[in-house]
Amino acid sequence: MSSTTTLMTEAPDVPAAPTSDTPAKPFPLIRHSLILAGRSITKIRRTPEQLIDVTVQPIIFTVLFVYLFGGAISGSQHAYLQFVLPALMVQTVLFATLAIGVNLNTDMGKGVFDRFRSLPIPRSAPLVGAVLGDVVRFVTSIAVLLGFGYAIGFRVETNALQALAACLLVLFFAFSLTWVSVFLGTTVRNSGTVQGIGFLVMFPLTFGSSMFVPVNTMPGWLQAWVKVNPITHLTEACRGLMVGGAITEPVLWSLGWSVAIMAVFAPLAVRMYRSRT
Amino acid sequence: MAYAFEAEGLVKRFGATTALAGVDLAAPEGTVLGVLGPNGAGKTTAVRILATLLRPDEGRATVAGLDVVHQAPQVRRQIGLTGQYASVDEDLTGTENLVLIGRLLDLSKRDALARARHLLGQFDLTEAADRVAKHYSGGMRRRLDLAASLVGRPSVIYLDEPTTGLDPAKRDDVWRLVRNLVADGTTVLLTTQYLEEADALADDITVIDHGRVIAHGTPAELKRVVGGQTLVVRPADPAHLDTVRGLLSQVSTGKNIDSPARGVLSVPVDDDSAMTTVVRRLDDAGIAVTELSLRLPSLDEVFFSLTGSREQIEQESAA
Repeated sequence: MSSTTTLMTEAPDVPAAPTSDTPAKPFPLIRHSLILAGRSITKIRRTPEQLIDVTVQPIIFTVLFVYLFGGAISGSQHAYLQFVLPALMVQTVLFATLAIGVNLNTDMGKGVFDRFRSLPIPRSAPLVGAVLGDVVRFVTSIAVLLGFGYAIGFRVETNALQALAACLLVLFFAFSLTWVSVFLGTTVRNSGTVQGIGFLVMFPLTFGSSMFVPVNTMPGWLQAWVKVNPITHLTEACRGLMVGGAITEPVLWSLGWSVAIMAVFAPLAVRMYRSRT
Repeated sequence: MAYAFEAEGLVKRFGATTALAGVDLAAPEGTVLGVLGPNGAGKTTAVRILATLLRPDEGRATVAGLDVVHQAPQVRRQIGLTGQYASVDEDLTGTENLVLIGRLLDLSKRDALARARHLLGQFDLTEAADRVAKHYSGGMRRRLDLAASLVGRPSVIYLDEPTTGLDPAKRDDVWRLVRNLVADGTTVLLTTQYLEEADALADDITVIDHGRVIAHGTPAELKRVVGGQTLVVRPADPAHLDTVRGLLSQVSTGKNIDSPARGVLSVPVDDDSAMTTVVRRLDDAGIAVTELSLRLPSLDEVFFSLTGSREQIEQESAA
């Protein structure tokens, strides 16, 4: 660096930095979280390979289920595509929620979190920012899945508004599930464990639901589980909104579960995060 | 005297380990406090408490008169922190890193960008401004980190081992930065493992070991306690070693002439005139030397003399 510059000499056009006398702007948590969400989005834009799990993966799953199992389950690949695509949308977004727990677990040990914490911002702002930033990943995955589905013949049988509602419902549910992932990420010692536990929970939730096969083909004990599984409600709600069927009841159940999960895990996650960092 | 920060009786335990066992630290405004100690002495823990990242189990600390526990948000408006590892976001560019901090400090987009450009210029990072920090060299990353801690124009800045791992030229850059900061009225807490660094920058030095303060004073006072400096002589012709040894024994009060390396003699000296005396006598005797230097005691030597004397005092008071 130049030895002639004096470090703190200010150019006349440089505005003053805030001091302790500057009145704080309102809604610091929302404002700072949004700024930090912007950081996450910049990072995604810079390293698009981060998006593999929400782009390539759903396409592989769609191909696998539709062309491999479709004929056997529904008799025709097109019929199965109509049945399974709303479910795949749910599944993709659910698995995408795992990433934030893994990433937070790795990131928390790094210096940049210390930096954030030494700033006069709400302590949970970096966390909320990361969660909001993840919504971009979820939207990407839904867009990719719907785009690919359309290319191979999926059609919405209701209307665009209802299909949009299905997407928003999945996003809302994923947002609440993100807090579970964050809770895991802040509780568990290393990121491998986060992934392990995540998959352990995710498999019975997704496969033990009405996602991939009609419930009436299952034995009674399994049907009992499937019927209480919140993922079944979410899947049914998406099916209803996209290709027709019951709507009100599964949508209400899905919303109820989302709120309940968030009410329990968001405070837990924030508390763990604050004690860990 | 107004203290920029003041800590009294800090105690911090992590499970069964006691990281701090009652540490006092204080620095008047516009001065540099050097906190000297080996790895694991508790330096970083003390800094983290003063930076509101950790709560002390006992004791209290204030920054600009604000309590670090009960007034943490206000304290955070006063401080800048540069950790041992560079705490920048490696996936963001230099500009983005600084703008992010500025925005989090409630600057408008325009002001945050202006501040970022200004700091990048001062830290010689203008050319690298739009490169991702991942591709920065170690020295550049450290400079960006330092710049990031100055975005909010803090009145107190903590530098936790800012030169560890830097080559000498980069170290000099950091030293110059610290001096400039202090010239502008900032108070600096600098932790280091090098007495040389503390001597070069600090107005006062606190030496800590095993979570306790074992010495505090100005660099001059500290050097007096630990036996001042060491004179190192390497005669051009090894055959002169014995003559040189004889010469050195005349200037040194202590008789402990040492040979730290082959063909080299060293002797502790208390008196500033020792160097000139030795030069004169070597010249009179016609002995050529390839090396003649005054060296500050190493951290090992500081600790040896400080802990050694402390044990002695404890033994005496016990007797």
